[in-house]
Amino acid sequence: MSLHWTQHLILVPVLLPLLVGAALAPLTQGWHRLKYWLSYASLLGLLATALALIFMTDGGHWQDGMGIYLAANWSAPFGIALLADRLSALMLLLTAVLGLASLHFTRTRWGRIGVHYHTLFQFLLMGINGAFLTHDLFNLFVFFEVMLAASYGLVLHGYNAERIRASMQYIAINLAAALLFLLGTALIYATTGTLNMADLAARVPLLAGDELALFKIGASVLALAFLTKGAMWPLGFWLPTTYAAASPPVAVMLVLMTKVGAYVVLRLWLLIFSDNAGGAAGFGGDALLYGGMATIVFGAAGMLSTDTAGRMAGYGAIISSGTLLAVIGYGQPTLVTAGIYYLIGSTVAVAAFLLLIELIDRIRTPRSAMLALTMEAFAVEDAPDEPTGRGVPAAMAFLSLAFAACALMIAGLPPLSGFVAKFSMFHALLNPQVAGAAIPTAGWVLMTLIILSGLIAVISMMRFGVRTFWASGATEPPKVHRSEVAPILFLLALSVLMTVQANPLFGYLARASDDIHRPGNYIGRVLSAPTVPGPGSAPGLAPATLSPQEAP
Amino acid sequence: MELVISLAIGIVFGSGIWLILRPRSFQVLAGLMLMSYAVNLFIFVMGRLWVDAPPLTPAGTTPNPALLADPLPQALVLTAIVIGFATTALYLVVMIGSRGLTGTDHVDGKEPEL
Repeated sequence: MSLHWTQHLILVPVLLPLLVGAALAPLTQGWHRLKYWLSYASLLGLLATALALIFMTDGGHWQDGMGIYLAANWSAPFGIALLADRLSALMLLLTAVLGLASLHFTRTRWGRIGVHYHTLFQFLLMGINGAFLTHDLFNLFVFFEVMLAASYGLVLHGYNAERIRASMQYIAINLAAALLFLLGTALIYATTGTLNMADLAARVPLLAGDELALFKIGASVLALAFLTKGAMWPLGFWLPTTYAAASPPVAVMLVLMTKVGAYVVLRLWLLIFSDNAGGAAGFGGDALLYGGMATIVFGAAGMLSTDTAGRMAGYGAIISSGTLLAVIGYGQPTLVTAGIYYLIGSTVAVAAFLLLIELIDRIRTPRSAMLALTMEAFAVEDAPDEPTGRGVPAAMAFLSLAFAACALMIAGLPPLSGFVAKFSMFHALLNPQVAGAAIPTAGWVLMTLIILSGLIAVISMMRFGVRTFWASGATEPPKVHRSEVAPILFLLALSVLMTVQANPLFGYLARASDDIHRPGNYIGRVLSAPTVPGPGSAPGLAPATLSPQEAP
Repeated sequence: MELVISLAIGIVFGSGIWLILRPRSFQVLAGLMLMSYAVNLFIFVMGRLWVDAPPLTPAGTTPNPALLADPLPQALVLTAIVIGFATTALYLVVMIGSRGLTGTDHVDGKEPEL
């Protein structure tokens, strides 16, 4: 007996970018076209894998919609288990789609300055994908570090004083957060004796007294690390500076990285502190709820106070992060369904906006001064093609319409996906799980904050739009290359698709949310996942199993 | 022994926290390094303190868990050290780059106005 080949698909999103990234490393910049296309092929592969995983999990090919891969054939609590379910398959798809848009944008300019852009980009994808798939706490740490190490290099891409300054702060805060991650992991191991998430969830209800208290401290320290990535107030001050400084295609991936923090909180909290968790049930929910609300307020205030587009996008990402954390902390499965829809919609919106910013900046400064400086610093000899000749007609009209669409999505106005997301969140908040139950004050406050943050987003986006498109006095349309327009159109089209196909998407999300709200099923599946008998073992004999290890 | 080790970890970590709040980038780096040492020690201690207990079992014998140290934290520490080392080295490079580009070693890239 061996694994069915579809089981191996679970490992592809980690292995493929690793191998491609390694293969790209020795190529010099003279091969930049080959690098670009290899990178592109890898992303298409990731996209196909993500679609296949969605098909496998949602199409009933895997029992309970879960595919489990035991790394190195170690049975579950001892080795590392990778698991693909509906939620992680969807996040893999989102990663592949955003990666594709980001990569396409780099074709004419960004991918050609600096040496190892594509290698780092592939490693970043590997880290993000791994974080979505792994179900082992320490392995999660490793994937987080892979992702962060690649992102340090990418934030520095297009080396200038502003990026260096932002990187110093970004790296320092993330190194400190990584130390907190380790502290939390160590405390959890000390109290439960396991790092496998399923095993952990099975053991938490047995904790009591001092051990439970210590475990809660460990989980809180761990949460601090995720929430720093997820930019919860007051841990998110690094975010706007970094987003504004990073080059646009990199900033797109950073938007996704903040969502990795929220994703981990969503998965881990619902699993470990579910209703079956005994003394630990529901721990930290209130902290997430109120922290999320504070984050919305902080993001909205920041958005109102800034007039640079990059920082505005950063604060937009903070608002969406805060909304998501509050939704997770509110603790209602139907709301989580709407929250995941919001996660995808807002990520796509902020990503499209970040790509657009660079093109909009060209209205103000026709020749990109910053890029020229970078190329000088890097001594790039063959200057990338100036985007002339094959420019897009009616660039001004495109830019202003795309800007309007982004503003609608970020503010949550009809008819695009932002509105559907907010509407469904309100629907869930107004219809509590228990029919006829009163809506708690926190629910009303959350709704008010979401509406107000939308209003503030409209105000600041309008202000920026009026200044840029109507009052800038630009007479000459900016030069925009086709490869820079395509990803923006692609992301906007995706948002339209999400709006039109909201019903099937919500069906899928409801099943995904249902999966993560029933941890018992998941724990049983992971811990009983069979290993593959080796060639030496006699047929018919069960593979040797170790006795469960003693909790220290 | 417990008291000595916990005090040591606490003092090293506390010094690290003080240093990362300082304005010079080298102090921040030194602080991060001290903190990572403290964290590594902490992980190690989370496998409980053992004296004269190997983390390995001889081949062909039935191991007695009471005589063996927990090998997992040791493996975790090894990984944590490697990752911490690499990221610290990276931070050092960024620090030197910042010094060269801005002409100051202040973390904000400019001297505060007095």
